[in-house]
Amino acid sequence: MSTTRLRPPRLGPRDVLHVGSAGLRSRPMRVFLSALGIAIGIATMIAVVGVSSSSQAKLLQELDKLGTNMLVVTPGQSMFAGQDTKLPKEAPGMISRIEGVRSVGTTGDVPEAVRRSERIPKEETGGIALKAAKDDLLGVLRARMRTGTWLNDATSRYPSVVLGHVTAERLGITGVGAQVFIGGRYFTVIGILDPVPLAPEIERSALIGWQAAEQLFAFDGHPTAVYERSADDRVAQVRALIARTANPQSPTTVSVTDPSAALQAKAATEGAFSTLLLGLGGIALLVGGVGVANTMIISVLERRHEIGLRRSLGATRGQIRIQFVTESLLLSGLGGLAGIALGAAATGVYARIGDLPWVVPWWAVTGGFASTLAIGTLAGLYPAVRASRLSPTLALQAT
Amino acid sequence: MTTHPRPSPTPPTPPTPPDPCAPRDRRTPPDRYARPVVELTAVTKEYAGGVQALRGVDLTVLDGELLAIVGPSGSGKSTLLHIVGTLDRPTAGRVAIAGHDVAALSDRALSALRSRHVGFVFQSFHLVPGISAQANVAEGLLYCGLSRAERGRRAAAALERVGLGDRMEHRPHELSGGQKQRVAIARAVAGEPDLLLADEPTGALDTASGRSVMELLHELNDDGATIAVITHDQEIAASLPRSVRIRDGRIVSDEWHAQPGRPREAP
Ligand SMILES: Nc1ncnc2c1ncn2[C@@H]1O[C@H](COP(=O)(O)OP(=O)(O)OP(=O)(O)O)[C@@H](O)[C@H]1O
Ligand SMILES: [Mg+2]
Repeated sequence: MSTTRLRPPRLGPRDVLHVGSAGLRSRPMRVFLSALGIAIGIATMIAVVGVSSSSQAKLLQELDKLGTNMLVVTPGQSMFAGQDTKLPKEAPGMISRIEGVRSVGTTGDVPEAVRRSERIPKEETGGIALKAAKDDLLGVLRARMRTGTWLNDATSRYPSVVLGHVTAERLGITGVGAQVFIGGRYFTVIGILDPVPLAPEIERSALIGWQAAEQLFAFDGHPTAVYERSADDRVAQVRALIARTANPQSPTTVSVTDPSAALQAKAATEGAFSTLLLGLGGIALLVGGVGVANTMIISVLERRHEIGLRRSLGATRGQIRIQFVTESLLLSGLGGLAGIALGAAATGVYARIGDLPWVVPWWAVTGGFASTLAIGTLAGLYPAVRASRLSPTLALQAT
Repeated sequence: MTTHPRPSPTPPTPPTPPDPCAPRDRRTPPDRYARPVVELTAVTKEYAGGVQALRGVDLTVLDGELLAIVGPSGSGKSTLLHIVGTLDRPTAGRVAIAGHDVAALSDRALSALRSRHVGFVFQSFHLVPGISAQANVAEGLLYCGLSRAERGRRAAAALERVGLGDRMEHRPHELSGGQKQRVAIARAVAGEPDLLLADEPTGALDTASGRSVMELLHELNDDGATIAVITHDQEIAASLPRSVRIRDGRIVSDEWHAQPGRPREAP
């Protein structure tokens, strides 16, 4: 009796890959079709996650540009109905002295109609509000001029007007130099604003200088909105002090809002992708997995001779098993990679069309790939075990 | 007991060499016939359904022998070959291959035994389609634990050996039947097995190809390989030094022939 130990040598990773891919190389069409199912499932899931992430990224990008450190102070409602509350004229100055406040912009409502010309009846104002503007309104809102210039010291005293982009559209004005009929006289348009996402009320206004409003109209000089920017880490403290500072007489009537909050809420809902679509992707993935299992069972049936041959060459049951599990893993892994590429490409197209940043989250890519590997293992396990249990002689004799 | 064979407390032989498929010089030991490669004692094989394919076979094949196994169809020749090659286990009786008692070995150990000691040549070649002749032969070395480069090198050498040095890159469907059988033989011998088992290696070939395959087997045997060949061909059987005749699962004759023109040592 020989005492030499009989221990089968291990197959290295490269050899495992070699035997695992042998069956795939000879049947490219079948590989393509069975990987396709997995690819469609993964592509759907990646695209669903990618599209909503891209939309969310766009909103967050916008929010980042606009900043979340702005507060708006308005007079608010009095407890006694019908009684108008007003912000004191000193409110902007007081607010600008709160520690942490960096800049302040002020508007005051002027009760005059804005019309394209005197021939248009007074009633048809189109919802356009006339506001007097002072301080660093443009800077605080981070608004940009679409065309023309903002009010300066000189133009603030004369009948010059800057239009919000909605106002300009409603009046049918596209450039500077046009005349607008306000409160019985013509004002010259010196600029039109870009959209101002943080202050939609400005978009629907016509803005004139503070002095012009006081001199030309019956404007009482009370601010109706004070916009304020502070350092990011001071927002909470400023918020705690601002009502009392703006209106020490009746701080409870003052309303303080954070316009970025609404945008943040919107960004959060954009991030929540459609569960229905995700579920469809999951079902496609499952069907793809069944397809891979089916392909593997057929592959084992077809290759019984090869299995018998490998056993006769000295392959252990474990080595036969790992060969077919590897094959299944390669099949579904290929499908997974193709699916990730497809899903990312679909997201890219969507992002390009919608002018969004192209975002495919890493967790979705790794999660998607990991799930294909899990499916590949599951789908390959049963056929592989069957292959390894085949009797070598029967496998060789099979017709 | 069917436990793994463990080395006895004082092993009489040194441990396994690191390269199990390394070429060995079989011609040097003076007692080359002393070592039995195959020992079957009262081997019985009964298939499910009650077919008794083998009924008490005793057979000993010594190192370096070249024998024919002949018998009518259904007599149990293939069954015998499978049992000798450890692809199947007997229902009863003892099988020892290269000194290992098969009954005492696990499936893993049997696989290792096959990869190290046994080479098969099948009647229907069983080449892997779509890959080159060299790759087919190299595939036979995969389970020996050799490196990829070494497998390729040895496969090339084995193909040279069977006279297919100029067909290395041909795929199976680009080869003639005789060439395919040579590739199958190259694959079986590339790992330098102690025992080469061929199930009707000339069955699918014409006379000329069959003769060249037999010549190749003779050459391999001259180089020291122990070879058992199943054949239907009486002429081929008569041309080999020993022929074992089997009928209905029993060995009915076991004879040695004089080898005209082939000087060989007596067993
Ligand atoms: N897997 C099997 N299950 C049941 N019976 C089998 C099986 N394989 C072979 N047999 C039977 O065992 C007997 C011997 O078969 P075997 O294949 O060994 O014959 P053989 O001598 O090789 O014949 P041939 O020359 O035709 O190849 C036959 O009667 C056959 O029907
Ligand atoms: Mg047979």
